[in-house]
Amino acid sequence: MPTAVEVRDLKAWFGKTEALHGINIAVESNHATAVIGPSGCGKSTFVRCLNRMHETIPEAKAQGEVKIGGMDIYGVPAVDVRRKVGMVFQKPNPFPSMSIYDNVAAGLKLNGTRNRKTLDEVVEHSLRQAALWDEVKDVLKKKSGASLSGGQQQRLCIARALAVDPEVMLMDEPASALDPISTAKIEDLIFELKQRLTIVIVTHNMQQASRVAEYTGFFLMGHLVEFDRTEKIFTNPSDKRTEDYITGRFG
Amino acid sequence: MSNKYLQFRRRFTDYLATFVAALLSAVVVGTLVAIFAYLVIKGAGSVNWAFLTRTPKPVGEIGGGMANALVGSALILGMGSLMGIPFGIGAGIYLAEYGRNRFGAVVRFTADVLNGVPSIVIGLVAYGLVVFTEGHFSAFAGGVALAIMMVPMVARTTEQMLLLVPQAVREAAFGLGIPQWRTTISITLATARAGILTGIMLAFARIAGETAPLMFTALGNQFWSFSANQPIAAVPLQIYTYALSPYDDWHRQAWAGALVLVALIVGTISLVRFIFARSTLREAR
Amino acid sequence: MTRIRFHQELDDLKHRILAMAGMAEQAIDLSVQAYSQRDPALCQRVLNNEGAINRAEREVDEFAIDLLAMQQPMAIDLRFILAVIKINADLERVGDQAVNIAQRVLNMIELPASELPVDIPAMATKVRAMVRDALRSFIEGDTELARHVLEGDDEIDRMNHEAFATLSKYMQDHPEGAVQALDALSVARNLERVADHATNISEDVIFWVRGADVRHGAGQTLAGS
Repeated sequence: MPTAVEVRDLKAWFGKTEALHGINIAVESNHATAVIGPSGCGKSTFVRCLNRMHETIPEAKAQGEVKIGGMDIYGVPAVDVRRKVGMVFQKPNPFPSMSIYDNVAAGLKLNGTRNRKTLDEVVEHSLRQAALWDEVKDVLKKKSGASLSGGQQQRLCIARALAVDPEVMLMDEPASALDPISTAKIEDLIFELKQRLTIVIVTHNMQQASRVAEYTGFFLMGHLVEFDRTEKIFTNPSDKRTEDYITGRFG
Repeated sequence: MSNKYLQFRRRFTDYLATFVAALLSAVVVGTLVAIFAYLVIKGAGSVNWAFLTRTPKPVGEIGGGMANALVGSALILGMGSLMGIPFGIGAGIYLAEYGRNRFGAVVRFTADVLNGVPSIVIGLVAYGLVVFTEGHFSAFAGGVALAIMMVPMVARTTEQMLLLVPQAVREAAFGLGIPQWRTTISITLATARAGILTGIMLAFARIAGETAPLMFTALGNQFWSFSANQPIAAVPLQIYTYALSPYDDWHRQAWAGALVLVALIVGTISLVRFIFARSTLREAR
Repeated sequence: MTRIRFHQELDDLKHRILAMAGMAEQAIDLSVQAYSQRDPALCQRVLNNEGAINRAEREVDEFAIDLLAMQQPMAIDLRFILAVIKINADLERVGDQAVNIAQRVLNMIELPASELPVDIPAMATKVRAMVRDALRSFIEGDTELARHVLEGDDEIDRMNHEAFATLSKYMQDHPEGAVQALDALSVARNLERVADHATNISEDVIFWVRGADVRHGAGQTLAGS
């Protein structure tokens, strides 16, 4: 299977502090890969390097080779990378000044697409993919993005990210602010989306990692300690540090 | 035993604080109401059709109005806003989105200082910049003076409102591959527009009543003028002139002018709020 | 160390399964002793204790299932609990075999004693040693000892086959002693089953400690690792 994301010797800094010390990882396409680890281990930093969001923080720097679908992300403008690699954040963040329709269409509209028909189609398609269409199809332009419930808002953000047709979707603890039913819906969604995209999901919740991801990487203090199939990590990890973390002996 | 005392003391302090706050609010509102009431009492009788449509009569004669001053104020405020608002918003955007550095700190400091400069000094600056170089007083010079006053006010409130937009909203836009400039205009600005509008309205209300800067720039005019390059009448100027005069009729007209000025400012702000309230109704839901 | 309550409960689980193991071991010891001494009182004790073993099996299973549901154990903790559940079942079967032996002995005592060409007590001693070693490997988490138990199973199988062959011949030659011979054969088979359970327990210990599934001979190639 071709790898969707290839990372070689990725290092990242916040000012003078080195937060990632040379990460090497290959993420398989059309699979979900979970990134786990204790607070401050660098998992969010790692994922934010993949779509070059890390560098939007003042004094932040990244170095190394990252290839998404064969494309070197440091060889093209950051804006292009981010159209290929979508992101969903921990706290749902729909654009408050826009309707549901405008939220989903934002990625396309603000990048030049004007054709009404195209936008309509993409909005419907994305909302269907995010399992939100039936709930909002009658109030697309009347309700603002922020007037939905938490779970719905997060699915709206997913639809919005899907609308630009990315190859890879990064999810930074997408369900941690949601109730169990919304979480389950999002997990089902991930299962569906895997057929079309590659997903990298950062999660604090190990049960979630084991439910949705085929592969899991364990990060600790800026290092990738172990990366393997999820069943192996959770039943018989190779590294003692991984075992200590997942059995709750620390972290 | 002491527990009951503590409970009582807490409740008493709570009521006392609430009472004091209410009292102070009442003082503020009361003052406003008193001013407006006084204006109405003193001026309402003199506000009539003649007042609103005629130009001032020569010195000593009874009658006439402030029509030219009303038009003049509108013109000066229009020009001032047209120049001041864009620069103010632009500076505000710079400070909020790009100005987290030394240069930004300098700009911010300058704006704060400018906000504190007495309006008469700004009038003198405008005099030197425009009146002196052009060789004559003009409505345009008045507009410039007011614009100079508007810019730092609008810049600071715009900056504050933009900073209130959560970083998460910008990040969402970046994540979609939207460039920073586009994000700022279409998303951050749009999100903060209610607050920015309020800031603009406040600045507008402030400059609408300014008299000192207009004294050396617009100068004032007895007659109709619709030109930007000539001296022009303005309501605050007219009020000033009439109030200091020894003529009762002019005093009467000064009161009327004050009432009309306040009413127009309140009216303009209300109108703008009403127009924009409909488009922001969705967010309120 | 975090998850204090969970680790206390894991310890609790270990104690319960070891108590269960004690009961099962005692049952085997008593039944084998009853065979050697032809003592009906010992047989009765074994039969009386069966209820306690069955109760303990239910309690251990319940406790283990609760831990799985409530604590979401992972990796070694998960393997430990699964191993305990399986060992629990094996120990209950060992108790059953002890009961079978005791019942067989009660039958035997009714008949006159006869000299049979099989050394059941010798086989019994080996089997009891296997059970003891398997349980010790569990207490210590000692996979070497567990592997040693696995190797001992071949010897017991051989002894069982030998007993079968010898007793078959005996029954042909001495038809009047057939019933006693069958009794002895039955006891031999019971002991062979107990040995199997001891090997199961050892395989579960290896699974728990190493995460390797060495059942059904799969582990022989791993002998060096």
